[in-house]
Amino acid sequence: MAKKRKPKTSLPSPRRSAPPRSRATRATPLSLDLHRCEQFLQQEARLLDEGKFGDWLALFTADAWYWVPSEPGQDNPHDTVSLIYDDRRLLETRVRRLASPRMYSQEPRSRTSRMVGSVTIEDTDRTGVTLRSKFLMIEYRRNSQRLFGGTALHRLVMAGGAIRIAWKRVDLVNCDAPLDGITQPF
Amino acid sequence: MSQEPTTGDFARFFKPGRVHRQLYTDPAIFELEMERIFSAAWIYVGHESQVKKPGDYFSSLIGRRPVVMTRDTDGTVRVIHNQCAHRGALVVATEHGNAPEFTCCYHGWTYHLDGRLKAVPLNHGYPRDFDLSNPKMAMQPIARVTNYRGFVFASLASDGPSLEESLGHMTTSLDDMIDRAPDGEIEAAGGVFKHAYDGNWKVYFENLCDAAHPLFAHRSSIEASQAQSDDVHSDGSGEIAIRQMRQNGAPYSFWESQVGIWTYPNGHSYLGDYHDDSKLVAALKDPVFRDYIAALEKKKGKAETKRILEVRRWNSNIYPNVSLMSQFQQLRVVHPIAVNRTVVHTYNFRLKGAPEQMFRNTISFANIVNGTGSLVLTDDLEIYNRIDMGLSSEGAEWLQIGRGYQSDLPDQHGGRKGVNSTSEVYIRNMLDAWQGYMSNGHAAPVRAAS
Ligand code: FES
Ligand SMILES: [Fe+2]
Repeated sequence: MAKKRKPKTSLPSPRRSAPPRSRATRATPLSLDLHRCEQFLQQEARLLDEGKFGDWLALFTADAWYWVPSEPGQDNPHDTVSLIYDDRRLLETRVRRLASPRMYSQEPRSRTSRMVGSVTIEDTDRTGVTLRSKFLMIEYRRNSQRLFGGTALHRLVMAGGAIRIAWKRVDLVNCDAPLDGITQPF
Repeated sequence: MSQEPTTGDFARFFKPGRVHRQLYTDPAIFELEMERIFSAAWIYVGHESQVKKPGDYFSSLIGRRPVVMTRDTDGTVRVIHNQCAHRGALVVATEHGNAPEFTCCYHGWTYHLDGRLKAVPLNHGYPRDFDLSNPKMAMQPIARVTNYRGFVFASLASDGPSLEESLGHMTTSLDDMIDRAPDGEIEAAGGVFKHAYDGNWKVYFENLCDAAHPLFAHRSSIEASQAQSDDVHSDGSGEIAIRQMRQNGAPYSFWESQVGIWTYPNGHSYLGDYHDDSKLVAALKDPVFRDYIAALEKKKGKAETKRILEVRRWNSNIYPNVSLMSQFQQLRVVHPIAVNRTVVHTYNFRLKGAPEQMFRNTISFANIVNGTGSLVLTDDLEIYNRIDMGLSSEGAEWLQIGRGYQSDLPDQHGGRKGVNSTSEVYIRNMLDAWQGYMSNGHAAPVRAAS
């Protein structure tokens, strides 16, 4: 393959999402320092734990995508299946369904508790930052409790004076295990 | 219902159009199923493209028995027990890979790719008649292995009907998957989903051709997709998912009359297709699909292309462990784990010679119909769990499988067609095969449930 520069919206290959080496730290958008980023991730986790999926959706940009690969180190969501791969349109539908009283797989509803930590800024440029974080999520539903954990990559950008998620990739440590149905976004 | 000769004790689980709940809950019955069905029937193991080069291997299960499919040095695809001849340890511990030979981790016994013993450390310590070439001292070959145009099936029974005899008319569904490739070749690609549920393996098969459930069970995703604005950004994948969900919302009158359900001896069946869309993997109006048709016509001619595209099937169930969607290049393999636990592995196929975007559409389609986090499949998994929870009650002992009972129509290929698409004829047909295997060790033509 030629060294053609991929468009900005293309997916992070493991290589591209690695921290920039031997390069002077570039300017971070004013309001995206590490502390602010951590706060943002905590706020996101809280919205999900509280089941405020509509508010969670509002954190994403108009052409965002949300991706949970099915393989460790998966290169892209187009040539290999994914536990979840939602472009903005499908993400909206997912969130609308989560509010449906006819979503039988959420009858009764799940309760979740998330811990987010080990946040680092992996990459930064004029338009935004790429964050790497670790998470644990406990999901309780109908007498049983499941534990999920892994690494999240967030691409945060400033849009209209607010922080928005341009894309989010979640790598579960057990992404290739036999899994019971997944209804809760990570 | 014709009264065939009594078939042991198993007839007591059936009444006309009914089946006893115990079939789905009794651990002793599950154990017998593993012996009598999964040790006798032709079980799908894998596709030969999963072991392309000599030394490639792919681990799978026949019932609960671990097996390995390998490509031998002479190019033959073999299936052997994944079990060391010494003290029985699992030899191949990874899902797939390439190896010049197999070595057991315990005492280092080493095997050829066909399972023959190659070398044993410390072999002077064994009795004098210890002989490396003794066929008993091997990772044992599976009694019968047949490669049907790349689809590898195995049977633990050394005799019985051939694979082709057992498949009968269902070979046409496997053929359809291959015929759709302009180059006449397919390849398993794009990863695998492994979804699991707390429930019996049979209920999975009993849902795959169930045209009466989508409009109700999948309502949350039907309504959410119907309310979705098409103006919102999509890279194409979400669009495919949303169209598929909307299609599930076709009215009952459509499901009843427009789809069709066909069943064949030995428990096999297929549901007709229910898609009329312009942007799915097999959507005639989609520009990607038009390019594909052109590629197909170039290789196969117009008449053959027309014949291929007129084969329109949704799920084809090959009893007891594999179901495929030839039109959409999907294949599901059912692994029974316990009476109330099942794992399903789903695969995708690339049609060689088709536009690359078509495979990407196949992946988007797989995510919505087979994905662990799918907006549709999660409701099916919930149903399987609830069936298992509900069946623990003796309240309803006899389950109803009587839709369309006694109104089946003959099919020209020796099968039975449901009187309409929501007929439960395919469940009764599977249970007929079930009773045959359980009573006689083969799917004798009993008509217990039907
Ligand atoms: S059990 Fe395999 S070498 Fe001993
Ligand atoms: Fe379904």
